[in-house]
Amino acid sequence: MRREVPLIITILVGTVLIISVFIPPLESLGESFTLFFDIIAVFAFFLGGGNLVRVHVLKLAKKKRDWPFSIVTLVGFGVMLAAGLFKIGNPGDIAASVTAEGSLFNMIYRNVFVPLGSTMYALLAFFVASASYRAFRAKNREATILLVAAFIILLGSTPFGAWLTIWMPESMSILEIPNLAVWIMSSPNMAGQRAIMIGIGLGVVSMSLRLILGIERSYLGEDGA
Amino acid sequence: MRYVLRCVLVAALLICGTAYAQTEDMVEDTVMTAMAPAPATNVNAFDTDNDHGHSVTVTWDLSVDDGGGTGAVTGYEIHRWSPAEMVTLDSLRGLLSAVEAELPNVADSSAEANLRRDSLRLRYAALIATSVAVGDDLDTEMKARRAAVKEAFLAALDGLPAAHARYPENGNWQLLGKVAAGVSTYSDAGGKEPTASSFIPDYCGFHYKVHALTADETVYGETAPFGPVECYGQWFNTGRVPVLLAVLIFGALTIIFVSIARRGADLYVRPLAGIEAVDDAIGRATEMGRPILYVLGLGTAADVATIASFTILGRVAKRVAEYQTALIVPTYEPIVMTVAQEVVKSSYLDAGRPDDYKDDTVFFVTQSQFAYVAAVNGIMLRELPATCVYMGKFFAESLLLAETGALAGSIQIAGTDEIAQIPFFIVACDYTLIGEELYAASAYLGREPILLGSLKAQDYAKAAVVVFALAGLLASYASWGHVFTDLFKVTN
Repeated sequence: MRREVPLIITILVGTVLIISVFIPPLESLGESFTLFFDIIAVFAFFLGGGNLVRVHVLKLAKKKRDWPFSIVTLVGFGVMLAAGLFKIGNPGDIAASVTAEGSLFNMIYRNVFVPLGSTMYALLAFFVASASYRAFRAKNREATILLVAAFIILLGSTPFGAWLTIWMPESMSILEIPNLAVWIMSSPNMAGQRAIMIGIGLGVVSMSLRLILGIERSYLGEDGA
Repeated sequence: MRYVLRCVLVAALLICGTAYAQTEDMVEDTVMTAMAPAPATNVNAFDTDNDHGHSVTVTWDLSVDDGGGTGAVTGYEIHRWSPAEMVTLDSLRGLLSAVEAELPNVADSSAEANLRRDSLRLRYAALIATSVAVGDDLDTEMKARRAAVKEAFLAALDGLPAAHARYPENGNWQLLGKVAAGVSTYSDAGGKEPTASSFIPDYCGFHYKVHALTADETVYGETAPFGPVECYGQWFNTGRVPVLLAVLIFGALTIIFVSIARRGADLYVRPLAGIEAVDDAIGRATEMGRPILYVLGLGTAADVATIASFTILGRVAKRVAEYQTALIVPTYEPIVMTVAQEVVKSSYLDAGRPDDYKDDTVFFVTQSQFAYVAAVNGIMLRELPATCVYMGKFFAESLLLAETGALAGSIQIAGTDEIAQIPFFIVACDYTLIGEELYAASAYLGREPILLGSLKAQDYAKAAVVVFALAGLLASYASWGHVFTDLFKVTN
């Protein structure tokens, strides 16, 4: 029963939602199911918070490796929870918005959380540089093609790239670096992307059919292999 | 001298005459500008096709002064005749909403609340004949008012078809909207819930007219009213027939290949390097005595990519349980965490090692994108996993994760259906599953004939797409490409 019930729900909901695409009066069913999902998600937040506390308290209690990090996590979680639940420092009463200007929650969010997030995001610039360095090493034929294409696109986006081929006659304008960069992006690149998108579309349908027909059950833990 | 004076007089008369004539012309021009433009012609209104009703499409032929003629038309206004009962319905709807909003506040005895209730009672008295006693029990009073308003509202709804049939008595034209010059269609689409202010009733005979506007809004060309026209819902969306056919053909292919596989046929499916590397990567982790990090991405449990990732996680967890290697699954979403816990637990059970499953194998981190990245990157640099697997939906964090994994010296296998992130995984990971390979991965890992059958159907569908693309290319060269594309046209 543990596996049959979820399977029946999947088959039933999946079939109804497929039918609703073709039956206009049933179109709003998709929205209703999304609403059900959101309601379940609200309860899952308690599971998430509970799991976070349990895992880190256990780590702390057993003094597992790197346990001091758990203190930081639990203190951060507790402070934000208290600031939000009790509306600490809120200019209004308990009914005021949790993100009201002047509240402790808002202050921590804007002065600690946002800068930390921005710092992580900023690391992307360095990672792009290191990844590009590794990717553009002409180790084989594919990597060489990648290198040449990337070089043309980078050069085509700069005034220097345009200047380099400005002397070309009108009849050969397609070979001007900015035009070449546009062609690479709009023809081979677009063709490749569309091929991937078609494949993804078919893959999604195939995966959905496997789930709806009950062929794919490994997400229920039923392997059978 | 006399001659000169005569000449001057004649010249003065001529000048005055010319000036007068010019003024006349100018007046005539002004009259021309102020004249109403030619109205739109052939106004037509019909029920919008392939919908759930509550929508009428209005079309017309452009005024001759739109673009051509005097060129005075600046746009069009669309009007619908509305009986007085529609106004009553709006008022009742507003009153019903106000009474319902008041019900939870009956305990509020402030002066402001009392004023609000007095105003509500006045509105009620103006609209409803049934009187309700004003007593000390506010809750009973408001509930009685709600019941009476609801009854009146439903009665007004029932009377709408008859009210529209009375056209043109006791009603007026209501402006629906404006469109720019050159546009000759308007969709009068409303809500289907009677409680919505935009509600348009089905099965009521509507009448429409169109005004061709000029820069001066008081000057316009008006068409004769068109009607009656009713809107109603359809039971089948014919605009999606090509999609239905494609789904049926694809479903039939899947069922055919699954039955072929069930009969024991040996189906060949092309090998995927990324999938074949999974077993090696788990073996490597076992040999090195280091854990495997499995990241499910930022998707929700409703995303197909995440569901595909669950199936792969199930296979990986089973192998991990068999090899007795450590597994770390940090999650971004509480529901994903719950499902992943169940998947991993079941895999340990299937592998015959339920006792090896630890509750902290799958854990929740945070629902903040970069905080999640910081946590997972920290785990990578502290635990130094032998293998990192990224399967699911990824966004800006893809490169941050994959580069940190590369720094940690892990073998990395990634798979996502986010096209923008695929290049980042390709450059930073050892193996990447591109797009649909992610969905195929579970079947490859399981090697079950039934699952491979569905993959075979997918491959045939891809072959069909290639054939159709080539046929479309040839059709466009033969100048009947539009005939070919119309076969696949999907509306709504």
